[in-house]
This record gives sequence, structure tokens and C-alpha cells, in this order.
Amino acid sequence: MRFMLTFCLLTLSSMVQAEDKFITIASTTSTQNSGLYDYLLPQFTADTGIGVRVVAVGTGQAIKIAKNGDADVLLVHHRPSEDAFVENGYGIERRDVMYNDFVIVGPKGKASFESLENALTTFASTEDYAFVSRGDDSGTHKRERELWATFNLSPQGKWYREIGAGMGAALNMSASIDAYTMSDRGTWLSFGNKGQLGIIIQGDDILFNPYGIILVNPEKHPHVKISMARQFSDWIVSDKAQSIIGAFSVNGMQLFCPNANPEDNINVVCPSSIPRTD
Amino acid sequence: MSILGEAIDLVLSADAELGGIVGLSLRVSLTATLIASILAIPLGAALAVWNFRFRQVLIVISTSLMALPPVVVGLMIYLLLSRAGPLGSYGILFTPMAMIIAQSVLIFPIVLALTREAILPINRDYKNLLDALNVTPVQRLKTLIWDARFAIVTALLAGFGRALAEVGAVIIVGGNIAGFTRVMTTTIALETSKGNLQLALALGIILLSIAFAINILIHWISSFGRKYQVTR
Repeated sequence: MRFMLTFCLLTLSSMVQAEDKFITIASTTSTQNSGLYDYLLPQFTADTGIGVRVVAVGTGQAIKIAKNGDADVLLVHHRPSEDAFVENGYGIERRDVMYNDFVIVGPKGKASFESLENALTTFASTEDYAFVSRGDDSGTHKRERELWATFNLSPQGKWYREIGAGMGAALNMSASIDAYTMSDRGTWLSFGNKGQLGIIIQGDDILFNPYGIILVNPEKHPHVKISMARQFSDWIVSDKAQSIIGAFSVNGMQLFCPNANPEDNINVVCPSSIPRTD
Repeated sequence: MSILGEAIDLVLSADAELGGIVGLSLRVSLTATLIASILAIPLGAALAVWNFRFRQVLIVISTSLMALPPVVVGLMIYLLLSRAGPLGSYGILFTPMAMIIAQSVLIFPIVLALTREAILPINRDYKNLLDALNVTPVQRLKTLIWDARFAIVTALLAGFGRALAEVGAVIIVGGNIAGFTRVMTTTIALETSKGNLQLALALGIILLSIAFAINILIHWISSFGRKYQVTR
């Protein structure tokens, strides 16, 4: 018994003393699932010696984690929520990092639509097309709700399925029941189980999807690692990191377009399919 | 069938990262089983041996808690360990330690209830003898636990299996951080969400193999135990 206790304490204590030089980022599944962080973060660690731990959840949950002070940095994609986070004193120094766009995906060849408005109106009025909604308070979900509101539509009925899950789950479900859904381009391009799905609608200006970085306010949470967090924020908007973001691609397709310094020429050409409205 | 074939290829070509993930899974779940058993075995034995006030209530609570959903445990531990929570100043949210705590809480009732079940019949056999020998309470528990050791090992393996297989608690309190708190089940969830169904299935095969090994162990121990008790 004494041996077991000693062993137990030893195991526990060995787990407490992990590396000390790290920051925690609350971020979105869209950035993690695309593989961007695996590509980008080792370069930051190599430059600064600071480890980065990413907790990837929906934007809504990421903001709650940051509000509780359980992360040092927030990197999400829903501008109104980000601005509210800063206005309420939880965050400081918001900066643009990059953008891409949302696309409407669905079964290829089932139907064609002239425009986003036409597609959404058809979905809502005919009930012939199933639409999978994230329903999880994520950045993508909030934007999707805003789209319906933009065209004065209120989606409800059996065709509108709120699944309360991540983007990948929504895409998996759409692929298996031939439904339509809205995805960020990054997750869509790197998604491995597309099945019969293809992009149905893209390129509308209101499908713009910007990502921002915010530092958790040290006045609210004195324990946050503000200097390392600021180092990360400075690094990710630097020309070097912005070039890395622009060079990141999956299957030859660029996933994110850097826009921290729109005036700088960092040799990144954004594909025309990504609308640029800044 | 082709998906299964690709999955098996992936298992066979397992890389260092996967090794780390499997290792962390085992380390977290084994430590949690150890902590839970140190507390639950003596308490389970005591529940079997002595009659005291609220014993029935405790028994009903502990058996109901076997059905505790991992997500609920994860949420409770999250709220405790969050910086906004009572234990926030220790900064152990999103670490393997937080995952160990959550899994310990999750499997404690299982080990407790199964230990009590294992001790009950042995206590019936030994009660008069132990009373006559006038042993101390600690000696009584030690004797009974030792005699029920095969059944208790089964209880531990049941708890370990539950810890290893759950995803709801560790994904909330661990955060599924790459290279730090990512275990097999959270990797399976992540790869499924990325649409990498082959890789997810490959990881599922590894998890299943470990569960299989555990069950062979349970089977072997219990048959060994039965033989031992007949020839005693």
C-alpha cells in the first residue's frame, strides 16, 4: 500500500513539472482541422522558444474559455463577438490576422442556384433540400444564422437540421444524407470524406470570413502570460508569419489569405475565389 | 472492407506521434485507476463489512454513479479547475493532471461498487472467524481484500477499461492539445471530424486491441482464481 501511494505521488509530481515557457490559445476548429497550426506554430516555437498549446473548439466556447482566463490568447472568426469581447474588457489589442470565405456545399449535380439568396430562399420555401446547421454557437453557426436573417428568412422545419456539432460532423452528415451545409473554405478543402459533396455557392461578398487575434486582458486575469502572448501576436502579424500563412496549402489550394498589413507587399496572391472586401 | 485494410496498414506503419498518443492514454488511465482504487477499494470493503447509518444510501448512490456520463464529470472538473473556479489558481486545466483527476472521479464509483460486491460473500464466510479472532478493523479489511483479490482485479480492469475508452471528460478538461493532452479517444474524435475515417478507424483498432488484451487478462485471472480457490 505504501509502495502504491509513493508511486502514485511520484507519477503525479512528474506530471506537474512540465515546460513552463508556453502560452495557451483558445481557437476554432476551422484553423486546427485545416492543419494550419501544425504548419505555423513550430516556426514560432523555433523563433522564440515559446511552446503553444491550442485548445480548438467553436468560437462561442473559445470566447468562454478566454473569459474564464483559461487561455492567454484568443484567435477566432466572428467579428461582432470579438468586438464585444474587447468592449466588455475581457480582451485587448485585437488585430486582423487572415481571412478566407465561407462556401455552401451540397450534393453535386442535384440542383443549381443563381445566387446565395436564390439558394437560401429555395431551401426555406420548398423543403425539398435538407440543410445541416452547426447549431453549436460557433463562429460559422453565428454567420449562418446571420445569412438567413440578411435575406429575411427564418429557417425552420424538418429540412433544417441543427446538429449541435462541429464543422467536420456537419460535413460528414451532409455527405451521408445528401444535404447542404455552410463551411469555411479551409475546413472544406482539407476535409477527407467529401463523398458526393461539392461547392454549390461561393464568392458572394457576405461570405467573407476574417480571423482576428485578441490578447486576454491581464487586468481581468493577472495570471495570463501577457508578454509571451504579445510576442505571439506581434509574430503572427509579422511579414514572416504572414508569408507562411499565405504559403500554406492543402492539395495545392491556398486556405488562408493573410491581411494583417494590407499595404505590405509580402508576395502573397490571394485566389480570386476568395472575395476581398476589407 | 477497403477502409479496414487501409486502417490496418496505418496501424502497422505507426509513427512516433501515434506512440506518444497511445503512451499518454495508458499513462493517464493507469494513474487514474491507481488513484481511484487506493480510495475505492478500502471504502468498498468497509461498505460490505460494517453496518452504519446511511450505508444503504451510500450504496445506492455509488451504484447509480456508475452511470455517470463522462461529459458531466468533465464539466464538473472543468468548473473546479478553471481559472474562474475554486481550484483555478493551480493552473492545471488543460494538462494531463486534469485528465487524471476527471477519470479518477469517473471510475471511482465503479471500483467501489464492484469491490463491495466482491467482498460481500467472503465476508459472510469469514465473519464469525474474524469476530472470534478479535482482529482490528484494519486487519479485517486487509484479510478480506486479500481473499477477494481476483474479483477486485476484475473491478480494477473494468474501471481501467472505462477510463481508457471515454472521450467526453478528457476532451473537456484536457483540451485535446497536440503533443500534450491528446489521447487515443480524442484523436479518434478529431480525425473523424476531419473526415479522415481510415485513420480514425485505425486508432479505434488499437484501442480495441488494448481492450481485447485487458479482457484476456480478466479471463485468465478469474479462471486462475477459481482454480486456486478450489484447491485451497
